[in-house]
Amino acid sequence: MDIKEFLDRDEQKDLLRFLTAGSVDDGKSTLIGRLLYDSKLLYEDQLAALERDSKRVGSVGGEIDYALLLDGLQAEREQGITIDVAYRYFATAKRKFIIADTPGHEQYTRNMVTGASTANLAIVLVDAKSGVINQTRRHTFLISLLGIKHVILAVNKMDLVDYEESVFKDICQEYRDFVTRLKIPDLHFIPLSALKGDNVVEKSQNMEWYTGQPLLEILETVYITSDRNFIDFRYPVQYVLRPDADFRGFAGTVGSGVVRPGDDILVLPSRKKTRVKAISTNNGNLKEAFPPQSVALTLEDEIDISRGDMLVHPNNMPRMSRTFEAMLVWMDEKPMDKNTAFFLKHTTRITRATIDRIRYRTDVNTLRKNEAASLALNEIGRATITTGQQLFFDPYMKNHTTGSFILIDPVTNFTAAVGMIIDRPAADDEPKKEARIEETKSEREDSNKETAFRRIVAEQLIEHEGLKLKPYRCPAGKLTIGVGRNLEERGISEDEALFLLNSDISECLEDLQKLFSNKFASLPESVQRVLVDMRFNLGATGFRGFKKMIKAVKEEDFAQAALEMQDSRWFQQVGNRGMKLVKMMAAS
Amino acid sequence: MQNRYSLSHLAELEAESIAIMREVAAEFANPVMLYSIGKDSSVMVRLAQKAFAPGKIPFPLMHIDSKWKFREMITFRDHFCHEHKIDLIVHFNEEGHRQEIGPFSHGSKVHTDVMKTQALLGGLDKYGFDAAFGGARRDEEKSRAKERIFSFRDQFHQWDPKNQRPELWSVYNTKVNQGESIRVFPISNWTELDVWQYLRLEKIPIVPLYFAAEREVVEQNGNLILVDDERMPAQLRETAVKKMVRFRTLGCYPLTGAIESEADTIEKIVEEMMTVSKSERTTRVIDFDQEGSMEQKKREGYF
Repeated sequence: MDIKEFLDRDEQKDLLRFLTAGSVDDGKSTLIGRLLYDSKLLYEDQLAALERDSKRVGSVGGEIDYALLLDGLQAEREQGITIDVAYRYFATAKRKFIIADTPGHEQYTRNMVTGASTANLAIVLVDAKSGVINQTRRHTFLISLLGIKHVILAVNKMDLVDYEESVFKDICQEYRDFVTRLKIPDLHFIPLSALKGDNVVEKSQNMEWYTGQPLLEILETVYITSDRNFIDFRYPVQYVLRPDADFRGFAGTVGSGVVRPGDDILVLPSRKKTRVKAISTNNGNLKEAFPPQSVALTLEDEIDISRGDMLVHPNNMPRMSRTFEAMLVWMDEKPMDKNTAFFLKHTTRITRATIDRIRYRTDVNTLRKNEAASLALNEIGRATITTGQQLFFDPYMKNHTTGSFILIDPVTNFTAAVGMIIDRPAADDEPKKEARIEETKSEREDSNKETAFRRIVAEQLIEHEGLKLKPYRCPAGKLTIGVGRNLEERGISEDEALFLLNSDISECLEDLQKLFSNKFASLPESVQRVLVDMRFNLGATGFRGFKKMIKAVKEEDFAQAALEMQDSRWFQQVGNRGMKLVKMMAAS
Repeated sequence: MQNRYSLSHLAELEAESIAIMREVAAEFANPVMLYSIGKDSSVMVRLAQKAFAPGKIPFPLMHIDSKWKFREMITFRDHFCHEHKIDLIVHFNEEGHRQEIGPFSHGSKVHTDVMKTQALLGGLDKYGFDAAFGGARRDEEKSRAKERIFSFRDQFHQWDPKNQRPELWSVYNTKVNQGESIRVFPISNWTELDVWQYLRLEKIPIVPLYFAAEREVVEQNGNLILVDDERMPAQLRETAVKKMVRFRTLGCYPLTGAIESEADTIEKIVEEMMTVSKSERTTRVIDFDQEGSMEQKKREGYF
């Protein structure tokens, strides 16, 4: 094969991301080292450095210690353990691979969860001498929690049990019994010796009784494309491309489903409808787009759409709600505090969120569900969450893109927890098909005729009565406004009052958006409510007098903002209303 | 194995990188792309063009000029940025330049610290960038294998490898406080072969130094150093010989070793790469300073 042919074939290869779970004791590093070695990804200088390091700090008595090759950071080398996720790359003639190499110990659950989040497949390593242990169960639970569909149980160190088939079979049976409780659709079992190379790349001569494929062959052939969701179109708008007046593209990654030009589109949350005009990329327009492609959609109608909105097909809607349940994995050394208003990032949307309640905490070793009020580092539990803005989501098991989120600590900005949304909609927010109210043609014609008549009559009345926007006395001495509306005898109806109120609220919101440089919508909802109330009450000028409060809100120091509110004449004048608003602000 | 909805690895990596760039443009007030003129930078620029087409790239590129880059790099940079109408900032450490700091007179450690690390930090501070794209890949070096795609830096630009933010799925935590920043590595998951493959498929221009040609080099501590200008000490220059060489990475010319090679096309380079037995970074002098040296430099803010 010449080099051009090699490159042409290389270009066609797909990518498999997999996770290795197990500890150094199980021979995990040896296994990875061997995969890299056998696929010739170790260079001479790396090998030389490895031999040198093995003699100096190695833990396997002068022999080549593959762990040194893999553990990148000084701190880890000194402690002799892997403490973080490391990513490794290798390729064979059939596929490219990314290994997420994660530590095994319980205190590193968060690292394993991190590695598992992007993996298509997981290799769970067990030592043939010890069989299925707590750690094996813990790893498998985490793998199923993160929704990995393909799992290989690799029974390693078969050389140390004389390649005995019965040992392998017993371990497989024990594992099978355990794993039926978890939903893992595709399971493989392999007996191997990473150290001796049995069943890693080539079929072992020492275990004729094993009729399955060697490890590398499974990695090369496992079919993963259908793991993606090609049914439910979800397109979180990431960035609006507007290079000139003619082009308006909504850039994003197809989260799931397939989209084609001409498709009907529903925009969330506005529920406006339009159609896909084109799928534009730098290399020309596409006939269709599917996950995980990054594209830009242009639409038939000019609709106001911004980052954080989601485009879907009208007959296939995600759940839309401000409350939901999720499995949370706590990632921060700072334990969970129910009073924290976290930032929640879900697809391209960031909003505030609180954890209302922990329903239970799962013991990762026994899978037992225990009562708990809170979660600490590496703990996993089921929680009820409320967000400031509505989210558009699906259960994680059906859709990893729209079912996952992270919680960010508002003070340290650290990723405090990660969540996977659970499939249990409350009765009143079941996924609904968008109701289509189709007007018939004749209804539309009738309504057009009536509209025209009304317009002519309205013009006629304005001419006869006059149009005044401030109250005045009519010739009969009654207070009147607009087009001859008698305010003293008729007043206004409740609907009309609410219409006016609504328009006043809109004005307040527009003003506040400007005042808080477009960040108003990302403030906690209770803060937004306080601000609208005050702006309504005080008017544009009066509200701007609260400079210190506005500054405190901008800095998200709501306790300080509450103090500043009280330090005013307004607070003394409005009585109970003031106190209520101060409390709302302080509790945000 | 292929079906209608399967993507090649390169298509998947490209989509990931484009999404990362858009995420940064959407979430940060003042991002910048660090432009090293190397082949990885060329890939990064192409990805950015794709991410924001048909518009222009919505952030500037910044080149940290150590004043010791290969001359051909600077020529390439100016031509390339002019042709693609790229908004380029060139920044260098004026104080260091005035003191004439360079690798021949001050050694690689001092030069790298003053003219690269300090210059970079100075540039980032001067313009107040809150996110900076870099072209580093995880397959390059051991400590990079563990670095996040969105890598948090404190107000002193320091990286704390033991306290990295967890990074799951493609939900990136972009929150930073005033003065803090994020380094973003959109091609973290690409390998060296992926980069070459992409350069080939997309016909992306790169600095000619990557291709073998007859060049004047001297041998210094086992490295072949190009005679790029008269700042190279005269007694060293006297030992110059002509050899067919090319460069696997580009940086400061006195710190970047050439390899003897006949490969003058991407295909030949890849062929050589598949058979060559040295990893990419061995031609960079700074990696050999001490154990874990790259990690040390990164903690201090170097890329």
